[in-house]
Amino acid sequence: MEHLFEYVLRIGDDSLILGQRLAEWCGHGPILEEDIAMTNISLDLIGQATTLLEYAAKIEGKGKNADQLAFLRFDKDYRNLLLVEQPNGDFGMTMMRQFFFDAFRKPFFEALQHSKDEQLSAIAEKSLKETRYHLKHSSEWVIRLGDGTEESHQRIQESLDALYRYTDELFYSDEVQKAMESAGIAPKMDDVRTEWNKTVDYVLNEATLKIPDNQWKFEGGRRGMHSEHLGYILADMQYMQRAYPGLEW
Amino acid sequence: MANREWPLWEVFIRSKQGLNHKHVGSLRAADAEMAIENARDVYTRRSEGVSIWVVESKNLFASDPSEADALFEPADSKVYRHPTFYDVPDGIEHM
Amino acid sequence: MKEVNISELERRFQEKIDNDIRIEPKDWMPDEYRKTLIRQISQHAHSEVVGMLPEGNWITRAPNLRRKAVLLAKVQDEAGHGLYLYSAVETLGADREQTIDDLHSGKAKYSSIFNYPTLTWADMGAIGWLVDGAAIMNQVPLCRCSYGPYARAMVRVCKEESFHQRQGFEIMTTLAKGSPEQKAMAQDALNRFWWPALMMFGPNDADSKHTQQSMDWRIKRHTNDELRQMFVDATVPQAELIGLTVPDPDLKWNEETGHYEFGAINWDEFWEVVKGNGPCNKDRIDTRRKAKEEGLWVREAAMAHAEKRAKRKSA
Ligand SMILES: [Fe+2]
Ligand SMILES: [Fe+2]
Repeated sequence: MEHLFEYVLRIGDDSLILGQRLAEWCGHGPILEEDIAMTNISLDLIGQATTLLEYAAKIEGKGKNADQLAFLRFDKDYRNLLLVEQPNGDFGMTMMRQFFFDAFRKPFFEALQHSKDEQLSAIAEKSLKETRYHLKHSSEWVIRLGDGTEESHQRIQESLDALYRYTDELFYSDEVQKAMESAGIAPKMDDVRTEWNKTVDYVLNEATLKIPDNQWKFEGGRRGMHSEHLGYILADMQYMQRAYPGLEW
Repeated sequence: MANREWPLWEVFIRSKQGLNHKHVGSLRAADAEMAIENARDVYTRRSEGVSIWVVESKNLFASDPSEADALFEPADSKVYRHPTFYDVPDGIEHM
Repeated sequence: MKEVNISELERRFQEKIDNDIRIEPKDWMPDEYRKTLIRQISQHAHSEVVGMLPEGNWITRAPNLRRKAVLLAKVQDEAGHGLYLYSAVETLGADREQTIDDLHSGKAKYSSIFNYPTLTWADMGAIGWLVDGAAIMNQVPLCRCSYGPYARAMVRVCKEESFHQRQGFEIMTTLAKGSPEQKAMAQDALNRFWWPALMMFGPNDADSKHTQQSMDWRIKRHTNDELRQMFVDATVPQAELIGLTVPDPDLKWNEETGHYEFGAINWDEFWEVVKGNGPCNKDRIDTRRKAKEEGLWVREAAMAHAEKRAKRKSA
């Protein structure tokens, strides 16, 4: 049960933190149409986070709800990937981050649909529809910007170089992951990685972009070791709950 | 390349299976794919649609309102195209 | 000869208006009608878009997941409203980007309410309740505006607005029956937003230069003061119901007229804010300008890519 709690938190926190990040764009997008598109994705992710954290709270069995998990943990108790907490940067950076994540989430949810855990399988089915659209959106943008102007090509290549180091963690495997895999609850990460590679190769090729030579990898988010950025995300996100503890809003 | 705008697209939405696509408004997009996605996000946030058409506004041709009389009035006199023009004897219910 | 034609066209135009026949984009219309609409609809569009910022300010700090999602969806709707309206402006032959540049240069105006800061979470409640409430008062009659595309855009907008006001009132209600500090927060938000909300309806009828012509053209159907009165009449009982006090010592119910009487509006403040001297005018415009400038490379790249693809296809 402890493993399952931990596992659901990982999925839920990814959605939560990326949803929070994308929400920062609201009102600041490069064009109104795109502002609306990013907000839609953010809303999908916050919706996923709500369902997943509710489920996590139930598994934990301490009488908490999704909000308490979302707003009242300390930074080291968040289990999201380092990738999703990276700053928005320019629009290209945001799309690159989104693309790496969506390219992972799609095969992940496809496989999670067959999870032995009924709740997770139902969540995966719903989220997959959303994720397919997110991936379509982000990969089209990566292609447009990669194969657009000289400036856009250079900018998004720099974003790729900056973010690639966080992609290995997408397939993080540890005791929890292995236990969930052998219980038939979690998808096999190797299979998800194969699919991810296919999508990434195809899209980057279309976008005329290159995977950087520097293959240094970072990980840590899954075990609560975050970047400096998470603290600031939480300072914003938790502000109300910390300043006025225990109130209804 | 200074400040070139995305072209304008007209958006048509089928609100449910069995109905016609109906014009709902316009938006800006660099290409058709983007126009459809933007239309989905802008015009169907509350499940208003099951199908989307987009057409670049410059490819849409409209009749001239000053010719409306010539175009549409001649049809007004052709009353015989309407079933109410005909007498049906009493006693016939469905025709 | 031409003179005669124009006055005949004008006569027919006014006849249509008087018979509530909608004017459509390609129909003949007087230049002034077109100009008035372009000015009014683009200002309306700018208000929707600039209006995203004060509420956008609290999305990342919303106190729980439900409120976060609702606020995000609400602010997103405002972007949609902006788009519906820009789309209506473009049917008049105006160019969206041009009207946006006019906003950024200070030539075009937007609703002055958005030049006030959002300082606490309760401001999300006050804005939804009062600002969207006032906007609805303004917009419902616009659904019957004489210009077809504007009227149709307003029908869409009004359908979406109803949840905006409710979510705001729900926030206020929750705060008003919450802890003492929550109640104080709600009262403080009402104190700050009440008068600016009343100003949203524009100058008194006696000082409103566009009203009569707009009424004749059936762009407007009620005067500023009529709408303001409707708003006060509708809103005061709502405040009372949740135990908040409208910050107006002169406010009282008039049994005879069946309306509330209310105190004098500080029009000096209103005109200062319109002129650009509100607390947030500069921030709001700088933010919008920055978004546009920083998006330039993105918009250019998308165009360049679309052209490359079209070329490859035809090759
Ligand atoms: Fe609105
Ligand atoms: Fe609204």
